[in-house]
Amino acid sequence: MSTESDHAKTANGTMEFRAGTPGRGGGIPLFAPPPVDQIAVEERAASLAKRSIKKAAKVAGLKLAIRMMDLTTLEGKDTAGKVRQLCRKALTPLDSDPSLGPCAAICVYPNFVAIAKEALAGSTVKVASVATAFPSGQSPLSIKLDDTKRAVDFGADEIDMVIDRGAMLAGDYAKVFDEIAATKEACRHAHLKVILETGELGTYDVVRKASDLAIAAGADFIKTSTGKVQPAATPPVTLVMLEAIRDHYYATGRKIGMKPAGGVRTAKQSLHYLVLVKETLGDAWLTPDLFRFGASALLNDVLMQLEKERTGVYQASEDFSKD
Amino acid sequence: MDEKKETAVAEASAASTAGVSTKKGGPLATAGSASSKARLRVAKAYKMYVGGAFVRSESGRYFQVKSDAGQTGPDPETVNVPRGSRKDVRDAVLSAKNAQEPWAARTAYNRGQILYRLAEVLESRKDELVMSLARGGLSADDAAREADAAVDRSVYYAGFADKVSALVASHNPVSGPHFGFSVPEPLGVVCVVAPPRPALLGLVSTVLPVITSGNSCVVLASDVDPRTAVVFAECLATSDLPGGVVNVLTGHPHELATQMAKHREVFGMDVWVDDDKLATDVEKAAADNVKRVKTHGLPAVEAWLDESGAQGIGWIERFLETKTIWHPVGL
Repeated sequence: MSTESDHAKTANGTMEFRAGTPGRGGGIPLFAPPPVDQIAVEERAASLAKRSIKKAAKVAGLKLAIRMMDLTTLEGKDTAGKVRQLCRKALTPLDSDPSLGPCAAICVYPNFVAIAKEALAGSTVKVASVATAFPSGQSPLSIKLDDTKRAVDFGADEIDMVIDRGAMLAGDYAKVFDEIAATKEACRHAHLKVILETGELGTYDVVRKASDLAIAAGADFIKTSTGKVQPAATPPVTLVMLEAIRDHYYATGRKIGMKPAGGVRTAKQSLHYLVLVKETLGDAWLTPDLFRFGASALLNDVLMQLEKERTGVYQASEDFSKD
Repeated sequence: MDEKKETAVAEASAASTAGVSTKKGGPLATAGSASSKARLRVAKAYKMYVGGAFVRSESGRYFQVKSDAGQTGPDPETVNVPRGSRKDVRDAVLSAKNAQEPWAARTAYNRGQILYRLAEVLESRKDELVMSLARGGLSADDAAREADAAVDRSVYYAGFADKVSALVASHNPVSGPHFGFSVPEPLGVVCVVAPPRPALLGLVSTVLPVITSGNSCVVLASDVDPRTAVVFAECLATSDLPGGVVNVLTGHPHELATQMAKHREVFGMDVWVDDDKLATDVEKAAADNVKRVKTHGLPAVEAWLDESGAQGIGWIERFLETKTIWHPVGL
């Protein structure tokens, strides 16, 4: 864990970072994210969303989107039954077409990890668990680490942690960095996704800063949102994060994954995100190992569009299982 | 205000209305007479009404309608009206689907209040409706008669909203210690292909009974006089009716009716066309999800004015589903 001596104030007052543990963070010695041009980012994201994707390309894109999906249920009213149901849906999204899916993962609270693990045994579908006092992250570090360790002990393959947005906005980057690094350690073999909760960060500059920070601290994935705050994932914010991943790849050769979550509801939106990824990071990232959608409502819309392409008839929502 | 200023303002306004330029006039002075100045024509863009918003066709297509010869009004002789497409149907059905449950969840009394509010708005904009009908080719008398009937029909269904269930529901005699209730429920999204004439009354007479009971509706307006349907949509938009409960498309039945019939989110079709082949195509396409389909020829315009035939609880019942419940009798 880093201490005060690891960080130093520069002459102009910005914090310089050295990664807390040697080897972690891919060796970026200083923390100096570039500024983000808001207008350019928004225009580029909007222009990439104008592409028309039809017929075979649309079907291929939507099938890929299903395999990239982290099917999510994070409600206070979740039950074992609902989680099992969601696992079935992740394994065979559409009964009538077994070639679809399976989804990449299902994302649940720690209490349901063991249940999901059992329901998904023998499949490729991963179990992701939120941890670190999700969704606010406003608890002592020891509790967050304990939360993480227990989720991993329950069998989680992936941990979705939240950063302390209060600390991020207050400029206490060292705290944010150290918490991510410590959580990474607590994850052991499990993959770590770091939720920035961009809806609370205010500007793209802070989003970029948080992205670089999370990547340097050891994130395997960076993720936009918890889904509990509006706005959640948006194309421009995703673009900013994808550019952070790209710059890190150019600097170190290490590939970080991306997960927009919340707010992606329609098949068309999901295709636009795939375009963003392809245009920013290239084909190498168009795989469930490096790109995920955190969603619950999206899957049914994608299935409805695929059925529409297959049959030529617009589908009714009540023909598709809700969970 | 002191006296001097007041006088100056009065002089200036007098000068401007008289068209006389004065040095003292300032910004209120005008060079020429305001009354004789030629105004730019403010032409209206006729748009479809989908999800509570006025939209052009996503396809960008238009068709043209002509004003009847000799008619005067704000429009030029020929105006462009959106020519709805398959995707406009899709968008409208989605809006209708999203609006239907909250609409049905309102109390029947509240739906009645809103329909009565619609009648109020129609009444206050009757001149515009009459003018639009006249530009669509009706004589002034016929137009006025049709607009009156449309307002009255709205009042009629407003009154029915909270009475339908009492009139249609039943307590059934059953053998055994049970109560048997049959209660009406709305179907969901119902698509209407309105008759070409009467453009307003046909639309009102087919759409209102559908929504009175809690269905939502996508209606394809008359393609002979689509402008009046747009004016009607403007009345809907200002009448407390939630967006999406009625969606008004303009376009051609032979392009859109089968698209409506194919859509699986649609549960009922009410089709008024003078084309047997189209009616058959609609019935075939609707069979996919076993929609309730009513196809009709085109009755004479007079028949729509007939209050004994063109309105009634039977019109509401056509798009209701009956739910029967058995409940054990208590001790």
